[in-house]
Amino acid sequence: MEEYKIEMKINGERLVATTQADESLLKFLRRNGFFEVKCGCEKGECGTCTVILQGKAVKSCITLALQANNKEVWTIRGMEKFELGRKLQESFVQYGAIQCGFCTPGMILVAKAYLDKNPIPDRKEIKREIAGNLCRCTGYKKIIDAIYAVAEENKKMN
Amino acid sequence: MSQLKIIGKPISRDDAWAKAKGELKYADDFSLPGMLYGKVLHSKYPAAKIISINTEKAKQFSGVRAVLTAGDVPHNETVTRFGQSSEVGKGFEGLYRVLADKKVRFMGEAIALLAADTEEIAEEAINLIEVEYEPLPGVFDPVEAMQPGAYLVGEVDSNIIAQFGCAQGDIERGFKEADIIIEDTYKVPFVDHAYLETESGIAWIDENSVINIRVGSQVIEHFRDVADVLGLPHNRVRYRGTMMGGGFGGKEDITVETYLALLTWKTKKPVRLVYSREESILCHSKRHPFIMHYKVGAKKDGKLVALEAELISDAGAYPYLSPWVNLYATVNAAGPYCIPHIKVNTYCVLTNNTFTSANRGFGAPQPNMAYESIMDELAHQLSINPLEIRRINCLTTGKALSTTGQTFKTYVALPEVAEKAWEALGNPTRIKDKYKKVGQGLAIGLMSYGRMTFLHDSSRCYVRLESDGSILIRSGIPDLGGGQVSILCQIVAEELGVPMSKINIYYSDTALTPLAGTTTATRQTYMSGNAALKAAREIKKRLIYKAAQMMNVHTDNLDIGEEKIIVKYKPSQYLPLIEAIKACNADGIELFCEAQFNGPFTMTPDLSNIRGMIFPDFTFGAQAVEIAVDIETGEVEVLKLVTCYDVGKAINPLSVEGQMEGGSIYGLGYALMEEVIIKDGVTLTPSFSEYIIPTSADVPEAKAILVESGGGLGPYGAKGIGEPACSIIAPAILNAIYNAVGVRIKSLPATPEKIIRTLKGQFN
Repeated sequence: MEEYKIEMKINGERLVATTQADESLLKFLRRNGFFEVKCGCEKGECGTCTVILQGKAVKSCITLALQANNKEVWTIRGMEKFELGRKLQESFVQYGAIQCGFCTPGMILVAKAYLDKNPIPDRKEIKREIAGNLCRCTGYKKIIDAIYAVAEENKKMN
Repeated sequence: MSQLKIIGKPISRDDAWAKAKGELKYADDFSLPGMLYGKVLHSKYPAAKIISINTEKAKQFSGVRAVLTAGDVPHNETVTRFGQSSEVGKGFEGLYRVLADKKVRFMGEAIALLAADTEEIAEEAINLIEVEYEPLPGVFDPVEAMQPGAYLVGEVDSNIIAQFGCAQGDIERGFKEADIIIEDTYKVPFVDHAYLETESGIAWIDENSVINIRVGSQVIEHFRDVADVLGLPHNRVRYRGTMMGGGFGGKEDITVETYLALLTWKTKKPVRLVYSREESILCHSKRHPFIMHYKVGAKKDGKLVALEAELISDAGAYPYLSPWVNLYATVNAAGPYCIPHIKVNTYCVLTNNTFTSANRGFGAPQPNMAYESIMDELAHQLSINPLEIRRINCLTTGKALSTTGQTFKTYVALPEVAEKAWEALGNPTRIKDKYKKVGQGLAIGLMSYGRMTFLHDSSRCYVRLESDGSILIRSGIPDLGGGQVSILCQIVAEELGVPMSKINIYYSDTALTPLAGTTTATRQTYMSGNAALKAAREIKKRLIYKAAQMMNVHTDNLDIGEEKIIVKYKPSQYLPLIEAIKACNADGIELFCEAQFNGPFTMTPDLSNIRGMIFPDFTFGAQAVEIAVDIETGEVEVLKLVTCYDVGKAINPLSVEGQMEGGSIYGLGYALMEEVIIKDGVTLTPSFSEYIIPTSADVPEAKAILVESGGGLGPYGAKGIGEPACSIIAPAILNAIYNAVGVRIKSLPATPEKIIRTLKGQFN
C-alpha cells in the first residue's frame, strides 16, 4: 500500500512520519511511541484512545492518521502544558478517580476539551459528556467528583 | 497503639500520578528491538473433530517466523492450578490444554500460534493455516449435558466435573414444620469481565536463558505452569507483572502467557501478543451461568425453617477454576441466614460453550440473586417488610453459617448494615410521570475474603530502610487497579513513621520480589497487608531497641512517627530517625526484613458434605436501591443506590469507597444489561456494541456507607471489600422492580424487553 508522509504537532512538538491510507490515528500514535494513548476496542466504543484533535476530543481508533495531517494533536502527556490539564490531573488523583487507570487518559482529555468550551457545567452535564468513555472500575462517581471540583474552582474564579 | 497518621486517611494512591500523567506502562505499552508479533488461530466451530491442520502456506509466507500446533508444544496438557501450596486432591484439578488436539471443545479455542515480523503479516498469515474440521453435535445446555448418553465434551465418560453438598438438620422435617413453602427457579447468564485492557503481553529470552514474560496477571505464580508446559525448570520462567487495566478475575487464569512463552522459545526473539476486544470476549473466560432451583420454608412469623437448593452451573468447555467457583456458590447458597434445616447440592457441568472461571464475586453473586429474590417473595407473601424479614433471620455474632456450620466469633454487622442501607434510601421519590413506577429493594449478603483455608495460603513482603531514611518495598503483589500496591506502601509508611513520598515499591516479579500470592479472593489487604505489617514492625522493633540505648529510655516508652523516634510521655524529646538508622548501620543491625504471613490452615473438607472452616472470615453487607420502571418501555432507571458494608477498618477510605461504588455499578450491569449471548456455542455479542456495560449515563451516583467494626483479620482490623461490593446488587434491583410493578424477574439481566413481556404475562 502507498506510503504517505504526514506531519503533525503532537503535544506541541512537530512529528514527521509516514502512514498508510487505512492506518488509524491510534495505531499511528502507538507505532510512534505514544503509548499513553490506550487501545480498548478499536471500534470507537470505549473511549480509552481519546485524543484532542484541533481542540476536539476524538476517538483516535476511528480517526485516520491522514485526517490529522497538518493538525494539532494533544495526548495526556501534553496536559501538563495547560493549567486546566494540570488541574484535572491533580483533581483525578486527589478525588480517587483513578483505579486501574486505563480509562484515565481518555477521561481527562474529554474533560479538558469540554471544560474549555463550558467551564462551569453541573454534575448532570458532566455525566452526559463522559458517557462515551467507559470505566469498569469506579462506577463513575469519583470521576464526576474530580471534574466537578475543577468546574467549581472555575466558578469561584469567574 | 498510638494514633494512626496515614492509615484511615483518604490519601492519594501511590500509583495515581503515573496514571494521571499517562506515564504508566501497561503490558502492551512496551516494545523491544527485533520484536515479532504473535497471533492465535481460534476454532471456527464449538464442537468438531480436527481432521488435519496444514501450516505449510503460512510457514512459507514471507515474514512468518514460526507456526506452532499442539504437536509442537512440549507438554500440551497439564493441570490447572492457581498457586496453592497444599495438595488439594483431584477434585479441584482440571485439564489445562494449551492448543486444541484432535477435537475442539468451544468456538474460539486456540488451535495454532504464529509469530511474524509485523502485525499485518501475522494477521494475513494466520488465515493461511488450513484446518479441516468435522463438525460434531456438541452440547450447549448444562442440564442436557448432565443426562446419561449426552454428547461428551471431553475425553472422560461424564460431563459433570464437580459436585458439592452441604447439609444440616433434617430437611424433610424442616418443610413439615413450615407454615409456608415457596419454590422457584432462577437463572443467571454468562457475563464478561470487560476490563478495558485486553489480554496482552511481551516475552523474551534473557542472557541467562530465562524466558521473561511481561504481562498483566492476577496470579504471577503461573510462571510454574508455563515452565511445566515448556518442560523447563521453574526458575527458567520469570513473570514481570505490570499494573493491570482491570482484572475482575479474568486475569486469574493463564491468558496469553503460555502462547508468548512458546513463541519466544521457538523463535528466540521477543514476541508481543495482544488480544483484540473480539478475541477477549470470544476466547477467554466468562462468569458461570447457573440454573438454581430453590425451596424455602418458613413459619407464619417469618422465621426460616428449611432451605433446599439445587445449583447447576455451566463450566463451558474446560474446567479452569470451575470447581472452586462452585464450592463458593455452595457455601453461599443459604446466604447470611440462620436456617436449622438445610440441603444444598451443586453440579458443575462441561458444555461446548466458552469456558467459565473466576469473575469478581466468584460463585457468590449467582446464589445471592436466587436466595435474596426468594426472601423478598417470602416477605411479600407474609406481609412482612423487607428489612424485618432479614432482621428476623440474619446471622449475628456468635451464630454459625447454615451451610457449613462455621461460627462467627468476631462482630457480625447484621442487621446493622441492612438498617443503615435501607434508612439511607429514605422515602420513595415521587415522580409525576404516570408511566413511571417507583420501587425500592434491599438485599443482604456475606462474602469471604482470603482464600479457602485448606489451600494453606501465605504471603511474603520485603521491607528495607535505606541509609537516607527512604524505604524500599519488594512484594510479588499484582495490582489489578484496586490499589493493592499502594496499600502496602501506606502500611509501611505508618509503621515506620515516614511519609508515603519516601517509599518506593517493586511489585509482581517472580524473580526479584517475594511471592505474595494471588490478587484474587479479596485477599491482598488481608494477606499481603499483614506480611508488610510484620516486616515493618520487625524493623521498627530494631530501631526502637537501638534508640532506647541511645536515648537511655525504656523501649516501651518509645514510638516512631514523623521520621522521629519519640518519647511517648514527652514528645519534645526525640531522636531523628536518620540518627537511629546511622547507629543501626554502624552496629550491623539489619534494617531489612522479609516476612511471611500465613492464613489459618485446615484440611481439605469432605466435598459431599462441607462442614467447618472453609474460609478465614467473611465481610457482611447490604445494598439498597430505588428504581423507576417505565411501564410503557420496560426500562429501569436506578435512582438511588446505597452500599453499606462492614469493612473492619478502611485503610484508605478513598480506595474502599472506590471499591464499593465501582463494585455496585459492576453489579448493576449484571442486573440490568450484561449478557454474553452464546447460541449453540456461538457468541453473538463480541463487541461493546452488543455486550453493553454501564456508562455514566446509565447509573446513579452510588452512595457508600462504611461501617468500621475493627473486627477483621487484616491489618488494623481490616476486612476485604473488592468482591463483596458487587455481589448483592442484582437481587436488590430485582426486588425493587417487584416493589414498583409487581412482577418478579427470575432471570438476569432484567432487560426492558423481559420486563415488558413479564408485565404483559408473556414471560417466565
